[in-house]
Amino acid sequence: MEDFVQHIINGVSLGSIYALIALGYTMVYGILQLINFAHSDVYMMGAFASYYTAMFLGRDNQPGVGTLVILLVASMVACSLLGLVIERFCYRPLRKAPKLNILITAIGVSLFLEYFAQVVFGADPKVFPSVLNDTVLAEMNGVQLKSSDVTVLAVTVIMMLILNFVIYKTMLGKAMRATSTNMSVASLMGVNTDKIIAFTFIVGSSLAGVGSVLVGMKYPKIDPLMGMLIGLKAFVAAVLGGIGNIAGAVLGGLLMGVSEEMVVGYLSSTYRDAFAFGILIVILIFRPSGLLGKNSVEKV
Amino acid sequence: MKPLLVFAGLWLCGFAVDFSFDAFIQLILIYIMINMMLAMSLNLVNGYTGQFSLGHAGFMAVGAYTSGFLSTMLPPMAGGLQIFSYFFYAISGGLAAALAGWLVGLPSLRLKGDYLAIVTLGFGEIIRVILLNTQAVGGARGMYGILGPTDWDLGGFVVSKFVIGYTHALFWVVLCFLTIWRLIRSSHGRAFLSVREDEVAAEAMGVNTTQAKVRAFVLSSFFAGVAGSIFAHYANYLNPGSFAFMRSIDAVIMVVLGGMGSLSGSLLAAVFITVLPEALRPLKDLTGVDLRMVIYSLSLILLMILRPKGLFGSNEITDFIRRKSSAQKVKA
Repeated sequence: MEDFVQHIINGVSLGSIYALIALGYTMVYGILQLINFAHSDVYMMGAFASYYTAMFLGRDNQPGVGTLVILLVASMVACSLLGLVIERFCYRPLRKAPKLNILITAIGVSLFLEYFAQVVFGADPKVFPSVLNDTVLAEMNGVQLKSSDVTVLAVTVIMMLILNFVIYKTMLGKAMRATSTNMSVASLMGVNTDKIIAFTFIVGSSLAGVGSVLVGMKYPKIDPLMGMLIGLKAFVAAVLGGIGNIAGAVLGGLLMGVSEEMVVGYLSSTYRDAFAFGILIVILIFRPSGLLGKNSVEKV
Repeated sequence: MKPLLVFAGLWLCGFAVDFSFDAFIQLILIYIMINMMLAMSLNLVNGYTGQFSLGHAGFMAVGAYTSGFLSTMLPPMAGGLQIFSYFFYAISGGLAAALAGWLVGLPSLRLKGDYLAIVTLGFGEIIRVILLNTQAVGGARGMYGILGPTDWDLGGFVVSKFVIGYTHALFWVVLCFLTIWRLIRSSHGRAFLSVREDEVAAEAMGVNTTQAKVRAFVLSSFFAGVAGSIFAHYANYLNPGSFAFMRSIDAVIMVVLGGMGSLSGSLLAAVFITVLPEALRPLKDLTGVDLRMVIYSLSLILLMILRPKGLFGSNEITDFIRRKSSAQKVKA
């Protein structure tokens, strides 16, 4: 029983990171119907941006809330700039091209960032600065509640609340929702869709930046290929919840995190990645639009 | 007749390559042929049938491992007969991959577009993870000691192992090209094309769209498996890592670069994609850092922006020649 509760705690903490990254995938997909393969590498770049910021400010060994906030801001700014540049120079020229072309461009951008990072930062893993002292906050029958897990959850919840506010309570959010429902009609109603798409990339990428700092805090080792696997899993989480659906991404992320911890805890750790795809396939075959996605009927 | 002549001509070129180039060039030539098969077979699904598969490496892996495993159980025959053994391994690998393709395709081909891409990606990764955890084929260490072609001593004249391997690979490349070329011009192929153009209309015209998709998928997996088999016997070593997501991406890139629905485009793109990273190798000595993949990915992005339809679009290289000659006739 204690094991089970512990796995749930670990799973929720891992899952909320997946959810943060999955949000970037799902928002871009919702608006452009594009699987943004470069998203996982934006996340990787965020980790490196916060790493170098910490080095530059000499904050690499001063754990505390101040460091956490500085690194979060640095990573978010770097990621949103990168997301903006990618959208402006790689995706916007292809707005009217066939979908497959944009997808391949996304793969190209992803490869470019990975290899560029290997050239610039070196291929060896780097140790992420210690962000918070990992203390055990509460212990009950052997179940530990660590401060890192609480921080991850708290930061995620704050980000989700902000995102929720932006999307459902502001004009910008209204414009985003309009654009994702129907881009041409939204533009007829006076929405500057190019701007809204750029804004979507900024929001999605900065969430990936938050995710990268949280991952760096929990698993302090970063390298240029760190985004590949976590990106795939976050993407699976987005599809699981119904891609294009924001609540779905959060649900999918949490489900993925918890079930992955369960597989590692009770079955075998070598199959953890196959399991993620196994869930994905089962969901897609029985419920192609994901758990919370709307079923779309093809019209002639 | 024509394909036989092409085969014979290219086969003679193989002897020339054997005499005049070193093992490195020969290896690249074999890799080009493997990539050609991957690109052509994927073109059948992605280009002609308009589906989007991102798991081609998985089927290649099934073919490669089946073929490699079979050759450890049943070693190839000696001398000139070995080519029949490799032929047998290739067919078995292809059939195993086709079976895998059928199992994957049947449930997932009901999905469309991006979802199909995701599911095939997922299956590709699952195949890789299963291989990674199967100790019988070496697991994460990889599979060692797969026998490859050997020299064939004909009295005074030695047919080198490269020529044997090349002949085998060339046979399959020509067969793959011919199969797909003829298939697309048959009524089955028309069904594939109609699925690509408009699935609803195709269904209304009485095309069993699911069946057409599954057929294309199974045939494509078969040739991917054969490509895997050739790879296994030429590399002599298999590792689940060589069938990762990147290889599927490479195959998709070749199809799009050559043009969706252009077989000759796929052939050219396979040459280009295989040679480019090798040709950029001297650059590393010059600059000291490995810029190959950075240039590769940048050129991919630029190509998509500047020439979105690939090299040939859906035309074949022969179309350009024909158009030119007919234009000249009109002038005359």
